[in-house]
Amino acid sequence: MMTFSPELEQKFAKMLTSYPEGKKRSAVVPMLIYAQDEVGSITPELIDEVARRCEVTALQVDEVVGYYSMLHRKPMGKYHVQVCTNISCLLVGGMELYEHACKKLGIGHKQVTADGQISLEEVECMGACSWAPAVEINYDFHHHVTPEKLDQLIDGLRKAQ
Amino acid sequence: MPKKLYNDPSPLETRILSKRFGLDNSETLATYLANDGFKAFRKAREMKPEEIIEEVKTSALRGRGGAGFPTGLKWSFVPRSSPKPKYIVINADESEPGTCKDRLLMEYDPHQMIEGILIAGLALDAHKGYLYIRGEYRYLIDHMDRAIAEAYAQGYLGKNILGTGFDFDLYTHSGAGAYECGEETALLDSLEGKRGIPRMKPPFPAVAGAWASPTLLNNVETFSAIPAIIRDGGAAFAALGTPKNGGTRLLCVSGHVNKPGVYEVPLGYPMLKFIEEIAGGIPGGKKLKAVIPGGSSCPILKANECDIPMDYDSLAKIGSMLGSGGMVVMDETTDMVKVALRIMRFYAHESCGWCIPCREGTTWLRKILQRFDDGGGRSEDVGLLGELSKNMLGRTFCALGDAAAMPTISIVEKFAEDFEKRLARDRQMVAV
Repeated sequence: MMTFSPELEQKFAKMLTSYPEGKKRSAVVPMLIYAQDEVGSITPELIDEVARRCEVTALQVDEVVGYYSMLHRKPMGKYHVQVCTNISCLLVGGMELYEHACKKLGIGHKQVTADGQISLEEVECMGACSWAPAVEINYDFHHHVTPEKLDQLIDGLRKAQ
Repeated sequence: MPKKLYNDPSPLETRILSKRFGLDNSETLATYLANDGFKAFRKAREMKPEEIIEEVKTSALRGRGGAGFPTGLKWSFVPRSSPKPKYIVINADESEPGTCKDRLLMEYDPHQMIEGILIAGLALDAHKGYLYIRGEYRYLIDHMDRAIAEAYAQGYLGKNILGTGFDFDLYTHSGAGAYECGEETALLDSLEGKRGIPRMKPPFPAVAGAWASPTLLNNVETFSAIPAIIRDGGAAFAALGTPKNGGTRLLCVSGHVNKPGVYEVPLGYPMLKFIEEIAGGIPGGKKLKAVIPGGSSCPILKANECDIPMDYDSLAKIGSMLGSGGMVVMDETTDMVKVALRIMRFYAHESCGWCIPCREGTTWLRKILQRFDDGGGRSEDVGLLGELSKNMLGRTFCALGDAAAMPTISIVEKFAEDFEKRLARDRQMVAV
């Protein structure tokens, strides 16, 4: 049995009462993503725990993990840098920005730096099209990002460690 | 504190839904109440449910998520007298490339949407709502949780709202990264804790939606338009737009323009005027080459097709769509091979794999376009891309297959010269 931080336990307790009676399965996806933020990745123990709490089989939890792009079975970095290269970003330098990030970090798509601190992902549209090119670091949006601005952001993350 | 807006508003806008954007503490209930907030709910409380639905029909409001289905008609499909509980699901899975408006409606004016949801609750005798927000918008989930808590604390949600005897509970629900979940039946499966796979229709969600109960699904912007419609009357809202295309909508303009941003204009606003005067025209004095009018799944328009009013019917007449309001502008330097490839990489990534024409079609289209972009294009590829895409149309459970095929068909037909140029260049390279 796993336990989470008091704040998350409180969130999960409320979450399980949000859905109609007997429909706890509905909490599977939100619970997975919130728990992943705390645990670091979707581990087999976490799958069992979510299954237990949502009163479904572990398989019913496991089968959704591969479907949702934000759920990861392996840990990403402490800071997950997501660069959008979809159409609106592409037109104003998103692809160059992503390539710049690869060089700067020395890693590629869904890879993690050797110290485990920073990971990179080329992502699909994240809803920042009118303020492109956009980068999301964990859950923080950054708009109108230039290679110089990205360098500053990444240097800032390294200092914050 | 006044919040810094993501982009400066334009004096040419007609701000109905966005009228509170930029006000001090615009996200609070106090600001909302001081600026017409909950007048519509109080009015709706005195109306019969059929009258509310009739008002929404009169407004000629059409779904702002993409399909443009008449909202009042959709509401009328939900069987009010069903003995089953009825649910309201708000689609905040904003994922159509080019679209970033629902973010602002939730960030700057969450209570406007909440009021719209409550009015729908009154009309349909529904007492529970689920706000499905894409996982990438975590800050908005937290933001909406705060707005919902504020509404509960002041009696605008929960039991016996404003002493009317009407109960309503509203919950946020996080997605976890899947474009497909913006499709309403896939969203319902996701809400039920499953992979977001589209369902066979019928039955439609109005009859058997969330947990097999009657369910109304509408987009964030659609619900956000309801208070103005009830407050000022459906006819006043309808009059802002063109026949059968009522009101205003938030357009998100991106790509090659001087002032990209989200702007609210009436339906039927001229596209070229919008690009030139509101979005500030194209940088560097370059010429317009193409426009994706409403998100990446819409057939692309050539520059000479853009002299049109922006309403659902005018766009449909020239074989495209107004879609989700995500307008992507491209200047004369844009390479359409790269555009087609990036769009297809997206759909291949997002295809859920349930329907073979979509799963295999998007994968092969991506491979052909990638080969083409890498310099290995064949002269028969242009025809093959068009033919393959046409074979996907209408052969899938949901619209994702069509969404991938339609822009591809339009790009290879309208911009064949971009593909020819590449072939000529590749041949030259071989000759050298």
